[in-house]
Amino acid sequence: MSTLLSVRNLTMRFGGLTAIDDLSLEVPAGRITGIIGPNGAGKTTLFNCLTGFYKPTVGTLRLAHPQHGEMRLEKLPSHRVARDAQVVRTFQNIRLFPKMTVLENLIVAQHNVLQRASRFSIAGLFSLPGYRQAERAAVARAATWLERLQLTRFADHAAGDLPYGTQRRIEIARALCVDPVLLCLDEPAAGLNPRESAELNELLLYLCREQGVAILLIEHDMSVVMNVSDHICVINYGRKIAEGAPDAVKNDPHVIKAYLGEDEEEGVMEEYTEERAS
Amino acid sequence: MSAVVFAHHGLTPAERLRDAGWIAFVALILGVPLIGLTTVDVGGRLAVDTRFGLLAMAVIAAFGGRLLMRWSLDHLGARKLARQRAATDSGAGRAQQVVNVLGWLALGASVALPLAFSDNRYVVDTATTVLIYVMLGWGLNVVVGLAGLLDLGYVAFYAVGAYSYALLSTQYGWGFWEALPVSGALAAAFGILLGYPILRLRGDYLAIVTLGFGEIIRVILVNWTEFSGGPNGISSIPRPSFFGLEFTRNAPEDGHSFASFFGLEFSAMHRLIFLYYLILVLALLTHVFVSRLRKLPVGRAWEALREDEIACKAMGMNTTNIKLSAFAIGAMLGGFAGVFFAARQGFISPESFTFSESAIILAIVVLGGMGSQMGVVLAATLLVLIPEFGRNFAEYRMLLFGMAMVLIMVWRPGGLLAHREPTLRLSADGKAAKGGA
Repeated sequence: MSTLLSVRNLTMRFGGLTAIDDLSLEVPAGRITGIIGPNGAGKTTLFNCLTGFYKPTVGTLRLAHPQHGEMRLEKLPSHRVARDAQVVRTFQNIRLFPKMTVLENLIVAQHNVLQRASRFSIAGLFSLPGYRQAERAAVARAATWLERLQLTRFADHAAGDLPYGTQRRIEIARALCVDPVLLCLDEPAAGLNPRESAELNELLLYLCREQGVAILLIEHDMSVVMNVSDHICVINYGRKIAEGAPDAVKNDPHVIKAYLGEDEEEGVMEEYTEERAS
Repeated sequence: MSAVVFAHHGLTPAERLRDAGWIAFVALILGVPLIGLTTVDVGGRLAVDTRFGLLAMAVIAAFGGRLLMRWSLDHLGARKLARQRAATDSGAGRAQQVVNVLGWLALGASVALPLAFSDNRYVVDTATTVLIYVMLGWGLNVVVGLAGLLDLGYVAFYAVGAYSYALLSTQYGWGFWEALPVSGALAAAFGILLGYPILRLRGDYLAIVTLGFGEIIRVILVNWTEFSGGPNGISSIPRPSFFGLEFTRNAPEDGHSFASFFGLEFSAMHRLIFLYYLILVLALLTHVFVSRLRKLPVGRAWEALREDEIACKAMGMNTTNIKLSAFAIGAMLGGFAGVFFAARQGFISPESFTFSESAIILAIVVLGGMGSQMGVVLAATLLVLIPEFGRNFAEYRMLLFGMAMVLIMVWRPGGLLAHREPTLRLSADGKAAKGGA
């Protein structure tokens, strides 16, 4: 099991506030790594650093890209993180292109491939065969993911008009169209009903096991994190407080303390155990 | 009438002809008493006269009309079916159909207009002005409507185009057609120049900086007298010629003028009509260009940028390039319009490029419905014609204009045509929407 991403001594400060404090973390290739922690622990900040939206104050983010070799994510602007390093993220508060159709959303995600094929739009303007072929391939690719995520019947609807759970799936489908090596999902189960959560689990496992996509997963819904993660990292106040397999993390006293405070050691965590057993 | 075809499959040409033939036959039978025979008053008593010529014409009209009607109905039906199959909101589909029909009607009307008003200078002139604004609106639509970058200084690019042509032609003797691409490229360069400093700005801040840019260009033109002639502007800008034929009363000694070449009597209207068709062609080219771009990666990237810039970055799109390309293309189209404006007026001065022009062009885009090409046509026509019709109201003219704008925005807050047509559909690509409703 090789390491895909290695985060070393990552620190992110906003003025006097330290959102991430000397965090180190390894993300293995082809596995699902869960990141959990109470609200405000710095999980989304970690994602923002990873995907180039923030420049870390200190620290390195090394990606062992299967094709391009080692890449330093902290040195790339956000669009190159997605385009060259193929580290693609979704957002906690869904960010689709609401007035465009679902299919268009997925085609826009393949912008760089298509833009190259359109040769500064000239081949595109005259609709040359090379460009037409690239466009057909892009539509076919989008259609495949739409099918896989059961979105085909919404393909020609404006993305913003669809229900919340559907929009979550669209955002994942769109990220998949970028062809990610590492997929960073920021609370993909937020706002989903239990059935949708179960479908999400199945999808994440499919992506990881069948497609070989490494997944970094921020999630509060324990039924998702505990069930699919191979490895979980718990963050609180910007620091890593525990790490390991789901079962180990669940029983870690630091984690229980972070979530429930000093006195209550039973309750929520127990619930997860039962849920998982059933 | 079993011979009249009510088939639901596609008709062959023979079937169409037979169908039309039967209709013509019916017209003939009905037409003999109705048209063919008529009573005339001959010396106080009635006599029957025949009008078989007229009857023949009526029958031919029925034949041709039936052919045309069936053909267009079939086409409409086929399109409607295709749309229903596409499993989309049929209301929106119908709206788009109406817009399409309106578009073709508008095109037909604009082609026929100078023929119908060939001796009415005022109509042709006003129509030319409408078309200039349509073209400017289409140009600004790229920046504001598609890319969502609020630009209050668009007139700057219009000015760059106009002054480029004016200077190139008066100083260096360039012709209209040579100067057109160069001026467009210059305007595009200015678009990129403006684009760079404001890449990080959004919304209100962007609007203020673009407003400033528009004013800078105008102030430079007013004050740099040696370069631009200052407030006096540039006069005697050469008019475009018709493939080398000038629109002059007297032919040059070694050649022909437009009138003498075609053996026409000289008329000042020839030039006006030529200018009208010239801007019509330029505007149509703009339309085709922008509509094509919209369906290309770059156009979709513009729209995605308007929708969510952060998501664009997360998808690996270089938003810098996307913004600059929108500014450059928009500016280039504005520059083309400027070249035409200078060539039409023969005289330009900074007076023509004030902020109120920018505001009107922006109003056209917003009023028409952001990103809607047909909306721009509608809004440009309204915005030029309302003040023209308002001339009778003298000083209340602008009041009327303002009221009309307020009313339109209250009535249709999203613009006159707010419907957005997707750039591609899943079913249109030969992949039937499998889970389609």
